[in-house]
Amino acid sequence: MNHPSIIGASIPRLDGRAKVTGRAIYTDDIKAPGMLFGALLRSPIPHGRIKRIDVSKARALAGVKDVIVGADTPQIKYGNWRLVPASQDELPLAVDKVRFVGDEVAAVAAVSSDIAQRALELIEVEYEELPAIYSVEEATAEGAPLIHEESQGNVSLVRKIEYGDLEEWFAKADLILEDEFKVHAVSHAYLEPCSSLAVPDEGGRVTLYTSTQTPYIVQCLLAHTLGIPENYVRVMKTQVGGGFGGKMELRPWEFSASFMALRTGLPVKFTLNRAEELSYGRRRHPMSIYSKVGFSKDGKLLAKDFQVMLDGGAYNAMGPTATFLCGTFGNMLYNFPAYRYYGRHVYTNKPPASAMRGFGAPQAAFANETQLNLAAEKLGIDPIEIRLINAMQTGDVIPDVATVSSCGFKECLEKVREISGWDAKRQAKTPNKGLGVGCFSFISGGVFNWFDTKYNFSAAEVKVFDDGTAQLASMACDIGQGTDTVLRQILAAELGISIEKIRLIAMDTAATPKADLGSWGSRVTLMNGNAVIQAARKIKDMLVPVLFSQFDLNQIHDVAFEGDEVFVKANPKKRMSFAECVYKALRGRRGEPLSAYGYYTPRDKGLVSPAFSFGAQVAEVSVDEDTGLVTVDQMYTAHDCGVAINKMAVEGQLEGAIQMGLGYTLSEQFVMREGHTLNNTFLDYKMPTAEDMPPSVYAEVETYEPEGPFGAKEAGEGLAIPTAPAIAHGVFEATGFRCRKLPITPERLLRGMGKLR
Amino acid sequence: MAKQLIELIVNGDRYEVAVEPGASLAEVLREELYLTGTKVGCNQGDCGACTVLVDGRSVSSCLTLAVEAHQREVTTIEGLAPSGETLHPLQEAFIEKGAVQCGFCSAGMILAAKALLDRNPAPSPEEIRHGLSGNLCRCTGYVKIVEAIQAASLKLAAGKEAR
Repeated sequence: MNHPSIIGASIPRLDGRAKVTGRAIYTDDIKAPGMLFGALLRSPIPHGRIKRIDVSKARALAGVKDVIVGADTPQIKYGNWRLVPASQDELPLAVDKVRFVGDEVAAVAAVSSDIAQRALELIEVEYEELPAIYSVEEATAEGAPLIHEESQGNVSLVRKIEYGDLEEWFAKADLILEDEFKVHAVSHAYLEPCSSLAVPDEGGRVTLYTSTQTPYIVQCLLAHTLGIPENYVRVMKTQVGGGFGGKMELRPWEFSASFMALRTGLPVKFTLNRAEELSYGRRRHPMSIYSKVGFSKDGKLLAKDFQVMLDGGAYNAMGPTATFLCGTFGNMLYNFPAYRYYGRHVYTNKPPASAMRGFGAPQAAFANETQLNLAAEKLGIDPIEIRLINAMQTGDVIPDVATVSSCGFKECLEKVREISGWDAKRQAKTPNKGLGVGCFSFISGGVFNWFDTKYNFSAAEVKVFDDGTAQLASMACDIGQGTDTVLRQILAAELGISIEKIRLIAMDTAATPKADLGSWGSRVTLMNGNAVIQAARKIKDMLVPVLFSQFDLNQIHDVAFEGDEVFVKANPKKRMSFAECVYKALRGRRGEPLSAYGYYTPRDKGLVSPAFSFGAQVAEVSVDEDTGLVTVDQMYTAHDCGVAINKMAVEGQLEGAIQMGLGYTLSEQFVMREGHTLNNTFLDYKMPTAEDMPPSVYAEVETYEPEGPFGAKEAGEGLAIPTAPAIAHGVFEATGFRCRKLPITPERLLRGMGKLR
Repeated sequence: MAKQLIELIVNGDRYEVAVEPGASLAEVLREELYLTGTKVGCNQGDCGACTVLVDGRSVSSCLTLAVEAHQREVTTIEGLAPSGETLHPLQEAFIEKGAVQCGFCSAGMILAAKALLDRNPAPSPEEIRHGLSGNLCRCTGYVKIVEAIQAASLKLAAGKEAR
């Protein structure tokens, strides 16, 4: 059914007013009576044993209410892969060893943040330094020191995918390419630094206000590490000032705030500063990639051998999932008969890498798409043409992984060729200018359950009232991407009521139905959207009998919900207001409220995702051949996200993704020396400003995803993937230098062009 | 060092506050006056989230000492709307154009834009981009922010003509 006024409409986000008037509440805005201020002591060395910690001087400082070290805590390891206990390698506070500069060693709670900072300086820690490792190559070399003693040569996880006879298909190939690629770490750089406030409740319970993408996961892991029942932890929604994958695990300050709140009986708040965020915060995985591909002379991709080492830093964090997904992104865009993926997650003495927008895909795509452009050049085939030859299509099967139930990839390629003026511009060939292409596919949430939840992946509770309003309760988590608005659009469309009439309760884990795995992997619209629809349909089932009784309807009739009214489809004159219908149903139920739960868990959807989005992007770049500066003059994108529920929100995702992709490709990087991050300010960590942004043209290729709510699928992360390979290709066309490493700095480019030694 | 008693005129209201000489304006606004609409993204003057107006000029309140604002007019995001009902055209445009996502940069963006439009009522997109170059946003790619500021400038101009 079509709902043009609400589905696909550009409805401004419903929390916009609170945000533009400064009334939206983020965690650090909250003050609780008697609140203490927390601070973390971190390791100054990249690798070492803790010989001795003395906190007596810190504890004696006036105004200090609590000081904790690892030994004071239950010392329970945690990680998001609860299904694989061996992968859980992190402690909230280090106990015997530190493994990166910034590893949390002790925490303080004091009556002011100044006193907390002074107390940190009074804690004495004696370390025995151990040799440290900063690259995956060193870490996997013979005899390398082990960062975690139980790991196999610093490899914490191996993921293999194999199908088709690789040797046979390589033997049939007319062109074989072998290339190595290196991609680097970047920061999520969400504007809101992490903040958490724990408030002790009666009976040894705790309420945690926190800036998170995954309240349910925080609830579970916090209870686990505190050694208390899950139901004793309540995680509360605040506004979240961006996440991008960086706020989706239990963090040491969430634990420390809660642990000290329970010990002192007082609220405890931690708010990180930007230097902590940039020096020690989570980041995108650097990867060392080897890829061998075989093509027929007419451009058909026959075989791919894809070997990746992910530089995970000191702990697993979300690295195991990234390792899994990276292999899956290696075969999601193109259909070919033989594939082998060998991915290894490797420990180094650096801040842990984790999930970041694209979750293994931007790295895989940089290699895969660049190699495809190399093949196109060698085979004398147009780069867009070679993609059309191999593109995934609706109904295609990724062996042992998934069936692609909707795919507008070919249409995206055709569209981006048209809107970018691809053919004419490539023929014209302007000096120092080039046109490059990059493509992507992305998941609409994962079907995997390494977190081992016993609940459904998404849940929603809908209540309706006799004043014609409704209430939606869900743990789904708006971190800026707009799901609070999108989920209400879906409910409004399904119940036929105005969006303004829906109150939303989100992210209070004690008041919303179990569960929702959070905002990551672009899962919320499809998964929680489906849960909302199911709950709404149950409500409608409770309301429909009212019309049948009222109008003495034959059972062959059907009823419609639209415009805050309910009516008989075949005879719309027989109608009543939604409010009256609820009132009558309530009377008929002798006072029992109308409420219903809806759930969604993907089933029989393979190993990866229930649905896949696709897209193609062209970057038009100019290179200054003297300075090596790359300017992106224009971006063109065509995108298949199924039916866009909120067009303006989807555009917002695209525009933001280009900023992030541009930074990833050209300017953002961590400058590190011996485990220390040297550029830990926004002055030195260069993310694009308003002046750096290229103009951008965008075309929506609409498909209908049968598994998605109203045909919708992923729209948030995939767009962050194609920008780096597209720009890199444009740079090649402009200069003849094929960059296999990111970022493309002027220095790297001038060296590549032979202008700098 | 002893605290100093200062007088701040914030959003038209007069406050007497005892502050540490080293306390930033952002800290005093947030912690003492509980005007938490002003956000601190870096506390180093690099991100612009804490932008407020002091005597009409945009400043990073994290780099401004509270004592420097003594007896001066400070406008924060809470003071921009004439009333709870009516929003400033910039605020309206930010909502309508989709210029807000996570919202953490929004207060600073809007106040930086206000200072820009007060100086230059009809800026070109390039002038807007230049005017915002001290304000970082990680969500929007700035596109809809620039559009919103243009829309607001037109609306403000139309309002002046009508008068």
